[in-house]
Amino acid sequence: MTVPLAQLQIQEPGGSDACAAANDFCPSWIVENIDRYWSPLLEHVYLTLAPVVIGFAISLALAILAHRRRWLTGPIITVTGIFFAIPSVAAFFLLQPITGLGYTTAIVALVSYTLLIIFRNITNGLRNVPAETRDAALGQGLTERQVLFRVELPMAVPEIMAGLRIATSTTVGLAALAVFAGAGGLGTEILLDKRFKSNVAVAGGLAVLLAALFDLLLLALQRAITPWQRARA
Amino acid sequence: MEAPATHSTAEPLEFCDATKRYPGTSAPAVDGLSLKVPAGEICVLVGPSGCGKTTAMRMVNRMIEITSGDILLGGRSVKDRKTSELRREIGYVIQHIGLFPHRTISENIGTVPKLLGWDKGRIKKRSEELLELIGLPAETGKRYPSQLSGGQRQRVGVARALAADPPVMLMDEPFGAIDPINRERLQNEFLRLQAQVRKTIIFVTHDIDEAIKMGDRIAILQEGGKLAQYAPPAELLTYPASRFVEDFVGSDRALKRLALQRVRDIDLWKAAAIRVGTPVAEARAKIAEADVSFAMLVDERGRPLGWLSDRALTGERVTEELRSPARPIVELDDVLRDALADLLSSETRYGAVVGVDGALAGVLSLEVIQHFLQAAPTESPTGADLLAE
Repeated sequence: MTVPLAQLQIQEPGGSDACAAANDFCPSWIVENIDRYWSPLLEHVYLTLAPVVIGFAISLALAILAHRRRWLTGPIITVTGIFFAIPSVAAFFLLQPITGLGYTTAIVALVSYTLLIIFRNITNGLRNVPAETRDAALGQGLTERQVLFRVELPMAVPEIMAGLRIATSTTVGLAALAVFAGAGGLGTEILLDKRFKSNVAVAGGLAVLLAALFDLLLLALQRAITPWQRARA
Repeated sequence: MEAPATHSTAEPLEFCDATKRYPGTSAPAVDGLSLKVPAGEICVLVGPSGCGKTTAMRMVNRMIEITSGDILLGGRSVKDRKTSELRREIGYVIQHIGLFPHRTISENIGTVPKLLGWDKGRIKKRSEELLELIGLPAETGKRYPSQLSGGQRQRVGVARALAADPPVMLMDEPFGAIDPINRERLQNEFLRLQAQVRKTIIFVTHDIDEAIKMGDRIAILQEGGKLAQYAPPAELLTYPASRFVEDFVGSDRALKRLALQRVRDIDLWKAAAIRVGTPVAEARAKIAEADVSFAMLVDERGRPLGWLSDRALTGERVTEELRSPARPIVELDDVLRDALADLLSSETRYGAVVGVDGALAGVLSLEVIQHFLQAAPTESPTGADLLAE
């Protein structure tokens, strides 16, 4: 669902009952109107997951590249750092001449914000693998590739997951601005009725709940795949 | 090529003028090292820091590439092998162990078998076998390295190196990070293990005492990666080849030799063992034959009771009058160094030596030990032999 920006300005506060008319926080209005948030919520889920998944794939590839060629680390951090510093709203508008209005623009911009966080965490995780563990792995006859996939990356999982959690929370927040790229999401609902407190509270609240839910899921995933982290004498 | 997983015999190892030179440095790290390690023996590389001992060891599995010269494993150049395949045939134990923290103990032990493509059942069986060999309960296999003590982790490191039954093992200061009491225990355990598995082992340490204890042969390296001497421990201690070796083995090398020998290995003095009631004439005849001018009173089983006084020999028959108690009592199986310590801390000059049955077998004195140290070493046993008995 895309909403032309010009149209947003002429929206009137929604709701017709007295509470809504007084612009109070209205539970009854929320119960009646909750259905209209499902579709934006699903869009928001999509606008979070797609950039994080794509961002993770790109960051992982870059981190593996930089692990083999150490000198690349600095330049990669500089470039992803610049992406990270561009105000998101500016990025949404700047990309429009190239990618048009819609999901593509939003996702390209949102992906660029995840790169720095995820790349740095994967790189740190790989570097924190103790030298003796690498030495023992190579000494036993693992190839460089086997050391990376069987030892270094699994050992970096806690740090990689920490990066994914930060990137996901950040993306849930930034995806609320994807409305300026014409990509919908909960931001659309906020803008549609931005002076009506109940509406802003529901749309904003759903975004917060979504961020919390993703975080919990990632935490559960991390615990499931790193049983060795909890094993202590 | 035979299947690498079924090596049960050790292979000889030979350094042939092996040299390591790092680019940009004039002096080599290892300079023309040549030595042969017979199959099934422990060769200790020892020397001060910077002598190239670890570099020399790491050239064997090509963790460090050889600049010139060669290393032959079972007669075959290590340079002809693919590094990952070569390394899977060489057990590797390092000071910091380097267990994989994200893998269980069983999985850690099964690392090389898995690389060699063993099936799961065989890997499981092998890791259970090895846990038993290193004296850890089977359920340890399900735990993670962080749940084990330092000593247990070190044992697992050894088990992991043995997993695919490699003909050769490399051990780089394997007990270096363990406290002295546990280190001693792990050394003894390892020697007992080696008596069973009989691998060819390159063992790196900076500790000469550890070298003497663990080595069938010791290679002393000096700065610049030059071999100063290569010899069995007793020979090294008796005939140091240079001033450097003499200084490195220490001024107490005579005492160190004593640690390599047991009381039964040396010529003890004979003493007259006399029971109460023996005719004095018979007793005097026995004393005249003995190496010691005093007689030892023994019980009916021949166990020493004490040194007889002259008064005990004045009557018809020997009486129970003692000059001094039979202390210290040393056993035939005691290490000479410990026996000497007993002797030095007692009031008498002679120590009564008894066999396993407790009966008097001879007398040990400072003179006996001194005489032994002045004599050339015969084929003297090593720490491994001492423990294997």
